[in-house]
Amino acid sequence: MGFEGIGASVRRKEDRRFLRGQGNYTDDINRPGQTYAYIRRADRPHARILRIDTAAAAASAGVLAVFTGADIAADQLGGIPCGWQIHNKDGSPMAEPMHPVIATGKVRHVGDPVAVVVAESRQHAKDAAEKLVIDYEDLPAVATMRDAIAPGAPLVHDDAPGNQCYDWHIGDREATEAAFARAAHVVKLDLLNNRLIPNAMEPRAAIGEFDSNSGDYTLYTTSQNPHVIRLLMGAFVLHIPENKLRVVAPDVGGGFGSKIYHYAEEAIVTWAAGKLMRPVKWTAERSESFMSDAHGRDHDSTAEMALDADGKFLALRVRTLCNMGAYLSTFAPCVPTYLYATLLAGVYATPAIYAEVRAVFTNTVPVDAYRGAGRPEASYLLERLVDVIAADTGIDRIKLRRMNFIPADAFPYQTPVALQYDSGDYVATLEAALKQADFAGFPARRAAAKAAGKLRGIGISTYLEACGIAPSAVVGSLGARAGLYEVANIRVHPTGSVTVFTGTHSHGQGHETTLAQLVCSQLGVPMEQIEVVHGDTAKIPFGMGTYGSRSLAVGGSAMVKAMDKIIAKGRKIAAHLMEASVEDVTFEDGAFKVAGTDKSKTLTDVSLAAYVPHNYPIEELEPGLEETAFYDPKNFTYPGGCHICEVEIDPDTGVTRVVNFTAVDDVGRVINPMIVEGQVQGGVAQGIGQALLENAVYDASGQLLSGSMMDYTMPRADNLPNITVGTESTLCTHNPLGVKGCGEVGAIGSPPAVINAVVDALSEFGVRHLDMPASPQKIWSIIEAARGRMAAE
Amino acid sequence: MYEFAYQKPASANAAAALLAADMEAKAMAGGMTLIPVLKQRLNKPSTVVDLAAAGLVGISEAGGVVTIGAMTTHAAIAASDVVRAKIPGLAEQASWIGDNAVRHRGTMGGSLANNDPSACYPSAVLALGGTIVTTKREIAADEYFQGMFTTALEPDEIITAIRLPVPQKSAYEKFRNPASRYATVGVFVAQFAAGVRVAVTGAGQNGVFRHKEMEAALSKSFTADAIAAIKTPADGLNSDIHASAEYRAHLIGVMARRAVARAR
Repeated sequence: MGFEGIGASVRRKEDRRFLRGQGNYTDDINRPGQTYAYIRRADRPHARILRIDTAAAAASAGVLAVFTGADIAADQLGGIPCGWQIHNKDGSPMAEPMHPVIATGKVRHVGDPVAVVVAESRQHAKDAAEKLVIDYEDLPAVATMRDAIAPGAPLVHDDAPGNQCYDWHIGDREATEAAFARAAHVVKLDLLNNRLIPNAMEPRAAIGEFDSNSGDYTLYTTSQNPHVIRLLMGAFVLHIPENKLRVVAPDVGGGFGSKIYHYAEEAIVTWAAGKLMRPVKWTAERSESFMSDAHGRDHDSTAEMALDADGKFLALRVRTLCNMGAYLSTFAPCVPTYLYATLLAGVYATPAIYAEVRAVFTNTVPVDAYRGAGRPEASYLLERLVDVIAADTGIDRIKLRRMNFIPADAFPYQTPVALQYDSGDYVATLEAALKQADFAGFPARRAAAKAAGKLRGIGISTYLEACGIAPSAVVGSLGARAGLYEVANIRVHPTGSVTVFTGTHSHGQGHETTLAQLVCSQLGVPMEQIEVVHGDTAKIPFGMGTYGSRSLAVGGSAMVKAMDKIIAKGRKIAAHLMEASVEDVTFEDGAFKVAGTDKSKTLTDVSLAAYVPHNYPIEELEPGLEETAFYDPKNFTYPGGCHICEVEIDPDTGVTRVVNFTAVDDVGRVINPMIVEGQVQGGVAQGIGQALLENAVYDASGQLLSGSMMDYTMPRADNLPNITVGTESTLCTHNPLGVKGCGEVGAIGSPPAVINAVVDALSEFGVRHLDMPASPQKIWSIIEAARGRMAAE
Repeated sequence: MYEFAYQKPASANAAAALLAADMEAKAMAGGMTLIPVLKQRLNKPSTVVDLAAAGLVGISEAGGVVTIGAMTTHAAIAASDVVRAKIPGLAEQASWIGDNAVRHRGTMGGSLANNDPSACYPSAVLALGGTIVTTKREIAADEYFQGMFTTALEPDEIITAIRLPVPQKSAYEKFRNPASRYATVGVFVAQFAAGVRVAVTGAGQNGVFRHKEMEAALSKSFTADAIAAIKTPADGLNSDIHASAEYRAHLIGVMARRAVARAR
């Protein structure tokens, strides 16, 4: 066993159970006397519910209960709460319509829950659900954002006039307008950020349980943040105090944001368990996931850059229309505002920025954060715009980027859109990526491709993101209804093994390994003696969960603080044991030493003394060696880097193949290089998916056309190249580990690199821009139209 | 899935008798379509008649005809020395269907009986001018395919084998639906001494069809250039979120030229 601390590519401890099929996922859990819920969902986008006849369903074999919105209302449950409140330009709060647990009065999107059958088996529940008679009066629906804002459009919610959730802005409008007035060039680009459906490998599931003796509720759920679910569901929906509600998020098979939010099904099974005095389980079928998991992205933007005569950016003006779907999901309102528009400076020293964001309701599934959340939309907009500026002005795209980069000596750098970047070196990541991708050799590769009848293109994106979410006071002032600190409890056991209780949650990221490496380094404890526990509100003091690449930057920092406390206490115990002064006791390599002597006590000596305090400074110290720390970050972290994509297009079919992909990212200090590589590769795979393949499509009436794997194109192994991952790190200056986060960089940096490559490959056809996904049909149509034009000329 | 009875008869005739006795019974030949349909509750058979034990497996060649038992799997066809030597286009086609698990369960007879408009085999059988052998009769390919999910089969008639004349050259080219990987457009070309046959799957609103204009041109000159100028009309072709009728029409030309160029 070699070095296993910070910087070592330790194999993932959790893979032992995952690879052997021995993970313990929510659907693997079965409780004594368990029943099964099946949810009958709206098959239409917008309708008034005239009548629900439950008699036949209730009389169906094995049925225990049938619930509708009326039952929820009778028990005076709350609606599904939203975690953020955004304010309009005029200071008024956003429209925040009621989001009922089960549809009441109207259904507002295909997939909206209408009734719940609980039965002895899934089969019984499903059989009975078919016997529900639901009379609807169909209402006109708005399927797209453009439909939603059209004058006289049907209203998704009567209390959201114009289907508007908010009309928000950020930045200095006057300075921006002034810069546009004196600009030598203005370059404008309209672009869409396509709507995505997350599709974690494990569908959502939930089991509610009620102990009638104690009055305690337990919810097992596929969640990225069990404490947040306890808070939202307990306080706002079911009115169960924290001490009577335990939320367990066991092994979770991927989240990508879609399992952050409090979903109706969690409240349904918990509430129903209490009513029926039996555990109630619900597991989504894949087709349910498509119509009930929050979707991602869905922006419609116009971006304009004002430039001086040399190509220096003077000001950026952005107008974005963003889709909230039919109801506000937990984080939805903050995604297109504080996670998007604040990132519009990117890596560039643009002096003035003004962005307006209008969020609208549509008769579609709610939209919320999806891997990257707002930041992929910002980086896509900027990095596409920069390439278009290069094309329009004739300035080389690399030169244009370099001349506008925030220089490495300008940190901390205050952007015009609220954020203050602490560190970065954008030239370093660019140069490393250019070298790694053999950018210089591209012309020869393009010529070889052309000889073989293929169109080859190369695209660059120099992106930045903000993660390590987030300083509580800052986000509170922006509309967050919770703090975003993190919590760690570290227990050194009597014989020196360690259990870490973290409020973050691992759903594929490898925390059980990475977080253990922090302990290995700081306390000198071997990896096999460290256990990381997460995902259970009964075990972990508190926590805000995992999203926004926060687990290491925020959760890891909390661990460092807790371990600092352990070392401080340990020094006092060791000083007592070695009859030395505390000031003279140091801690290194897992041992307490008295400076200038050969006296030494291991951590185990000290922990044993702490739990068997026969010889112990009992007057001044409590026994035991366990500490808890809450860590509230001082700032976001700012990973960034350069992604370079090379594509080859078959002009006869329009098929794009990604032939090379290079990512060089600054993620701060790297704890486990292998895990970072895997995280970046996974993110890039999703980014390539967004750029070339994935697209949630609704028809004009509001039916989801891409509602299954038969129509929604998930990236597969043969769509992906070997992805070369490198890191060029500058350290985060404000957290004790110097870490920035790596979970989202792949999905943030890659889509513009892919589309820039596609546009580059199509340059001979005069293509300036195309919207994602760059599907074969779309590319063929573009080539066909261009050939027609060229033939006519 | 709704409840159903399950039968696994030992012969095709016994299976046909079960189907004849019960109009609500459904034959299962691998189940790669039927089982997902059952899981989605889109079908409610009284009895599933599993043909797995009906003895319809095997590949042989005699007198310039390859005979494939209806219950032969895609994997077996793809790996068959006989098929690879005699009808390489069919071996390749079989190797591209679904994924590894599907190829080891799904069968040629099952696919042909279902006649999904995006399935691959109908193009091979039609281009090769094959014969569908059933429990009742022999049906020429030109008579067998009658539109989307529609065939000449009667409800109690079971395919027992497929007979395929050995061509001089054959090849299949498939443009996959990006999501489902079914054929958006699949073109099978088969060259015989008597002429060339070209069948297109995935594209037509009425399922697989022969491309007579290409057949005529290729019968004169079996080269990609011979069909380069042929424009396939978009009328009557499918359109979906991944491919318009016009795009499919274009792809038919591309796939056909590539198939001709690769035929062996």
